[in-house]
Amino acid sequence: MSIIFYIIRKEFKQIFRNKGMLPIIFILPVLQLIILSNAATYEIKNIQFGYVDADNSSISRRLIEQFQASTYFNVSERFSSEKEASQAMQEGTIDAYLNIPVHFERDLQKDKTNAIGVFVDAIDGSAAGVINVYISQIIQSYNKNIAMDLIQISDSVQKPNSIDSIPLFWYNQTLNYKTFMVPGILVLLVTMITLFLSGMNIVREKEIGTLEQINVTPIKKYQFIIGKLFPFWVLGMGLLTIGLILAKVIFNVPMIGNLGLLYAYTSVYILVILGMGLFISNFTDTQQQAMFIAWFFVVIFILMSGLFTPIESMPKWAQILTEFNPVKYFVEIIRMVMLKGSGFTDILPLAIKTLAYAILMNGLAVWSYKKTS
Amino acid sequence: MKNKNVIEVENLSKLFGDFAAVNSISFHVKAGEIFGFLGANGAGKTTAIKMLIGISSPTSGKATIAGFDVYKEAESIKKNIGYMSQKFALYDDLTVKENITFFGGIYGLSKKQIDRKRCELVDELGLQEVANSLVSSLPLGWKQKLAFSVSLLHDPKIVFLDEPTGGVDPITRRQFWEMIYKAAHNGTTIFVTTHYMDEAEYCDRVSIMVNGKIEALDTPKKLKAHYKTDTMNDVFLKLARG
Repeated sequence: MSIIFYIIRKEFKQIFRNKGMLPIIFILPVLQLIILSNAATYEIKNIQFGYVDADNSSISRRLIEQFQASTYFNVSERFSSEKEASQAMQEGTIDAYLNIPVHFERDLQKDKTNAIGVFVDAIDGSAAGVINVYISQIIQSYNKNIAMDLIQISDSVQKPNSIDSIPLFWYNQTLNYKTFMVPGILVLLVTMITLFLSGMNIVREKEIGTLEQINVTPIKKYQFIIGKLFPFWVLGMGLLTIGLILAKVIFNVPMIGNLGLLYAYTSVYILVILGMGLFISNFTDTQQQAMFIAWFFVVIFILMSGLFTPIESMPKWAQILTEFNPVKYFVEIIRMVMLKGSGFTDILPLAIKTLAYAILMNGLAVWSYKKTS
Repeated sequence: MKNKNVIEVENLSKLFGDFAAVNSISFHVKAGEIFGFLGANGAGKTTAIKMLIGISSPTSGKATIAGFDVYKEAESIKKNIGYMSQKFALYDDLTVKENITFFGGIYGLSKKQIDRKRCELVDELGLQEVANSLVSSLPLGWKQKLAFSVSLLHDPKIVFLDEPTGGVDPITRRQFWEMIYKAAHNGTTIFVTTHYMDEAEYCDRVSIMVNGKIEALDTPKKLKAHYKTDTMNDVFLKLARG
C-alpha cells in the first residue's frame, strides 16, 4: 500500500510542477465550457428571408408583416421576380423566400383555398427542416385569422373545425439549449482531459527512460497502475466539480437530481477512460502516437455520443456501435440526473454497463502492461 | 560469499526475427567481482543486460541471477539487483531528495530507512547545497553519480551499470570508479559495460562481445598477454576488427 502512496505523491508533484500542463488541465476546460456552451446551439435564428409578392394585396402584405414581426426572421428584401429571388439564394444572401402568386387574395376569397410557394436553402438539411417548420407555423396561424375573416365576410354556415396541439416541454420547459448542452459538454471535457493525460503520462515515462528504471524494480503491476492512474482520477473528479459550479453559476443549469449519485457514477466512468488511456499508452512508443490514437477515439466518441445528433436517428449499425461508446452513457446519465432528477434505479442499467466496461478496459490495460518484453 | 557464482549464463540467446542480437553467450560472475562487459556499439551488450535484469525474455539458453531463474523468477531477481541504464533515468522534474525518496519507496524500504539513506547519500555525494534543487539543474557528472547511488539504495547483491560514464569528464569518471570500488569492497557484485578501455583495466575480469558472441573472457592482464599487446585498447581493436 505504501508503495502506491509513493507513486501517487510523485505524480502529483510532477503534475503541479509542470507549468506547461497546468493551464491545459484547468484553464482550457473552463474556457471550452464557456465558449462551446454558448456556441453549440440548435436554435435557428436570424434566418435571412426574402419574398416575391406578385399580388401586392392587403392579405399578402399582412402575411409578410407576420414574418417581420417574428424574431426568427430577418426580412431582407422584396424581389420583383422569382428569378431574382432564386438568384439571391444561389448567392447565399437569403436562406428562404416566399412566392406569393398573382391574384392571391382574390382566389383565396373565391375558392377558400390557395397555395403559396416556400423555398428553403437545404444544404444544411436539419436547419432547412427547422426553417420550414417556422414558416409553416406562421402561415398556419395567419391562415386561421384569415379563415375567421373570410367566414364573416361570406357569412358561411361552415364552422371551422380544427384540432389544436398544445405542446408542453417537460424537463426543459423553455427549450433552453444551454440547459441541454452544458452537461453534455462537461462530459466531453472530463473525458478528453483524463484520456489525454493518462494516455500520454505513461508513454512519457517510456520516452524519458524512467519506465525501464521502474520495470527493473520489484514493484507489482497493480501497484504501479493504481499509483499512476489515481491522480488522474482525482483530476477528473475535480474537473467535474469545477464544471458543475460553472454550469450553476454562469448558465444556471438546473440540478434536480442527486449530485452524490452523479459523483458516484462519474467515479466509475473515469475508470473506463483511464483504462483506455493506459491501454493506448501500452501500445505506443511516443506521446505523439498516443495523442493521435486518443484523438481518433475521442472524435468518434463525441460524434456518436448523442450529444449533437440524436442516436435514435442514426442507422441501425451505428446505433449498435454507440453501445461501445462510454461517452454516450455519461451524456445520457448526466442529463437524466441533472435535468430529470432520475434516481439510482433509473440509471442502474446504464451504470452496470459502465462498470462492466471499466472492468474490461482496466483488465485489458493491466494485461497489456508488461514489465518484461 | 566470495567465489560463489552470482551470475550464471549458459548459451543465452536473443533473436529478433532472423537476427541474433545475442548469440549463445556463456559466462559466470563471482560474488564481489567487478565484471567488465565490453563490446562495440551494436555488439549486443544492452540486449544481454536486459535479459539478465529481467525486462526482456531470452529466446533460448539458461541464466540465473543471484540464484533466480530469468524466465520464472524475474521479479525475485529485481529485488536483488540494481540497474543504471545508459539513458539517465531519474526524474528531472523531482529534486535530488525526492528522487531518493521515490526510489527508496518503490523498493519497499521503510520510511526510517529512506530517511537515513537520504541523509547518508546526500552527505557522501556532497550534494547538500543542491539537495532541494531539481535534478534537471545538475551537471551530467553529478546526475550519473546520483543515479548510481540510487541504484544501490536497496543494498542489491548485484548492480548492472550500462555505460555509466558515457559523456562524463575524466575527473568525474575517476570519482565514479572510486564509488564502484567502494561498492565492490562492501560485497556488491558489479557488472559494468563501458567504451573506455582504461576503465576496462580497472575490472577484475572482462568479456569482449563481437556480433552477439563473447570472443574473449579473462583478466585484463591475461588478455593482454594472450593478444601480445600492452593495452586493452589494442586487445579490443584486434577483436572488434575480427
